[in-house]
Amino acid sequence: MNTDTHAAHADHHHHGDGHAHGTFSTYLLGFVLSVVLTAIPFWLVMSGALPSKQITALVIMAFAVVQIVVHMIYFLHMNTSSENGWSMMALIFTIVMVVIALSGSLWVMSHLNSNMMPVHQMPGMN
Amino acid sequence: MTVAVNPSQTGEPVFYLADEHPHPEGWSTPLGFWIYLMSDCLIFAILFATYGVLGGNYAAGPAPKDLFDLNLVAVNTSMLLLSSITYGFAMLTMQQNKVAQTQMWLAITGLFGAAFIGIELTEFAHMIHEGATPQRSAFLSAFFTLVGTHGLHVSCGLIWLVTLMVQVQKFGLIEANRRRLMCLSMFWHFLDVVWIGVFTFVYLLGVLR
Repeated sequence: MNTDTHAAHADHHHHGDGHAHGTFSTYLLGFVLSVVLTAIPFWLVMSGALPSKQITALVIMAFAVVQIVVHMIYFLHMNTSSENGWSMMALIFTIVMVVIALSGSLWVMSHLNSNMMPVHQMPGMN
Repeated sequence: MTVAVNPSQTGEPVFYLADEHPHPEGWSTPLGFWIYLMSDCLIFAILFATYGVLGGNYAAGPAPKDLFDLNLVAVNTSMLLLSSITYGFAMLTMQQNKVAQTQMWLAITGLFGAAFIGIELTEFAHMIHEGATPQRSAFLSAFFTLVGTHGLHVSCGLIWLVTLMVQVQKFGLIEANRRRLMCLSMFWHFLDVVWIGVFTFVYLLGVLR
């Protein structure tokens, strides 16, 4: 029974090499998608096509998120099965950390900024 | 760790370790390198957060609108995007065992990468010439730290690329070199992902502000 398991392991020696590879068409598709996803935000900002800056900012951030996903799939070949799922686990953990660090810093610091006493009202500053 | 008991023909139990089967050399490298990239991602997250907090503090100095030339940034972005696809072609020709073509695509990738660094340094030089130095305002300190760290990564990637081209020239596309080229591929595409964040949050949102 044990020798069977060993033979099976030796058979699919790719289990460490479980890294997906791209093909010409997936690379090209990824490239075309990322060119489009880059060009549209640049055009939006440079032409001022959208009426409000707020909407433009939200739209280009959405484009950035989509483009990051495109790069992850077509260039970095991320999927749930590579390295037995461990690279996806590392990625999810990192995304959680990045979101906490970014949103936490921006949130706390902007509150600090708006609740701080203006310099000219501080006693002893003049 | 488990211990398997396998009755031998004499009836005596034979003990041996049943878990660790031999792995080919470097089998865990892709995962290890991926974890390094994720830790690098945290460095960039901190720099992005710093820029997000300090990015509006101009200290009566120049603002993004006065400094950034979006045409130049667009050219720069296309350099990095083109270098990503040419590196992809290098990986594809590597899988087909074509040494000369792999080397050619690696060289083209290197040229695009060098063009990116060249344009970025020109931009930096122009800004510093105008007095927008890192010590001018908190915004500029954060800007130079974030974009400079990315540029430093690309420069290291270029050194690595040249090193690997020499390796491939000397030893061919042996297993070790394939593994190294795959790691550099992940590194290179990862830097492109970081650049998406840079051109969106620093340049486009900066000009929009």
